[in-house]
Amino acid sequence: MDAAARSPETATSNILEVRNIEVVFNHTVQVLRGLSLAVAAGSITALLGSNGAGKTTTMKAISGLLGLENGAVTGGEILFNGASTLNVKPHTLVRNGLFHVMEGRHVFEDLTVEENLTAATYARTGASARDFDRVYDYFPRLKERRKGLAGYLSGGEQQMLAIGRALVANPRIILLDEPSLGLSPLLTEEIFTIIARINAEQGTSMLVVEQNAAMAFAVATHAYIMETGRIVIDGPTERLARDPDVREFYLGIGEEGTSRDYRQVKHYKRRKRWLS
Amino acid sequence: MDWLFLTEVSLAGIGAGGLYALTGLAFVLIYKATRVVNLAIGEILMVGAYVFFGFSAGLALPFWLAAPGTLLVSGLLGAGIERTLIRPMLGENPISIFMLTIGLGSILVGLVELVWGANPLRLPEFMPTQPLFLGEAYVSPKVATAFAVASLVVTAFLILFRFWRGGVALRATASDQAAAYSMGIDVPKVFSLSWVIACMTAGAAGMLVGAIGGISPTMGVFGLSVLVVVIVGGLDSVLGALIAGLAIGLLEALAGAFLGGEYKTLTTFSLLVLVLMVRPHGLFGTHEIERL
Repeated sequence: MDAAARSPETATSNILEVRNIEVVFNHTVQVLRGLSLAVAAGSITALLGSNGAGKTTTMKAISGLLGLENGAVTGGEILFNGASTLNVKPHTLVRNGLFHVMEGRHVFEDLTVEENLTAATYARTGASARDFDRVYDYFPRLKERRKGLAGYLSGGEQQMLAIGRALVANPRIILLDEPSLGLSPLLTEEIFTIIARINAEQGTSMLVVEQNAAMAFAVATHAYIMETGRIVIDGPTERLARDPDVREFYLGIGEEGTSRDYRQVKHYKRRKRWLS
Repeated sequence: MDWLFLTEVSLAGIGAGGLYALTGLAFVLIYKATRVVNLAIGEILMVGAYVFFGFSAGLALPFWLAAPGTLLVSGLLGAGIERTLIRPMLGENPISIFMLTIGLGSILVGLVELVWGANPLRLPEFMPTQPLFLGEAYVSPKVATAFAVASLVVTAFLILFRFWRGGVALRATASDQAAAYSMGIDVPKVFSLSWVIACMTAGAAGMLVGAIGGISPTMGVFGLSVLVVVIVGGLDSVLGALIAGLAIGLLEALAGAFLGGEYKTLTTFSLLVLVLMVRPHGLFGTHEIERL
């Protein structure tokens, strides 16, 4: 796909643009301070950072789920398809094609696999046919267990179901929050292979939050790295993968190609750069 | 043993059970979508009965106007309660919401007493009065009509939940609100709708109960028997409400006829304890999945 190669700097090809947003919880706690990022249409973009950097908050700010947790976007602008999302209700955003696969999977545990997929048909306007063949093509395991309760699925299968619901919704962009959470390396690789396939075959844009930086670099074309509420570095993944700082802090590879002693690791910080 | 008497008592019991099932449905609908244990359901039923009284006796409207009017007012009542009392409590401790519904019940009783007074009243007759015989056994025509309406409504909901995806939306909302939002489900609308439909159902039940036994501000205690029904059947199961409703109606009638009226409650609550010991989530309720 050619779209993947396009630079996110050309505003027209961006399906999602976050401009300098600030997020405050309970009117007091500021979590994001001037964060900007962009996702080119048809691409996979990765958002990396340590625990507590604000990755999940960023995702929720985009999908409008912050309100459920007493959070609010107090500054900046978020554009999906060129239109502001800030005053749009979350369920409307979903129907417009912005689908958020939440951290921790959030499958409906006391519903069956099939009912979970049925719930996702609410994200599609018009067609309500319960045609889940496409999901079962990507995830044959789900087909075997389609009558079983989602709560009894293994962690990997639940993640497949969470992504399967996104497939049912057939969105224009999927926000994927930590798909590897609690999964074995083998399963993580399987999930990421499918994520890359979905992107290539369905042309769905994706913004992926990930702890496993190496995995994210393998599928994404562009990556942002954030720390304490702002982006500290970003660029095409090939370039970032060669960047000595990124290699050291996020890929765990030292200059000589060996891992470094953590005691020598200084806290990484760089002046925020503005995305224009 | 007098078989004819037994049959008549059983039929009357099952007939009353239909009304338990109908009111149980109102309870289950709210619990299913919002996880709110609504103890005011008996009082909402009572308000429904009084509203019908107001329309049919007060304003002397014909049945075909008074009944839809009652449903409409009950639905609006449900929407109002959800919007002003329940929604601001979202995410609060379940016990607080539970207490709030108890308070709401008292307020509704007070309001009704203010408007219509505390004395029992009779609803104008609107159901057939010709005696009905099943074989040789006599069935009260009112009970039979109430049973028919109740079982029709409950069956309709059973079918609806099986084939309509709104049923999935309801349960998805109850299971995980944030995830329901992220599926594109309009969560506030689901909340509102479940209260509206539940209160309409309770209002309809109120008309039927009132037509059989007359109305009074204390008729809300009917809700207590319904609580037993839904706990036995499972708080989130429509089928459970139907089966437990019929079973408890039958049991109450038999206990009343053969042991004496004072044993009715004892029998049903003994059943409640028994069921809770064997199946804590009720006969048909879903139990929480805990993965370790």
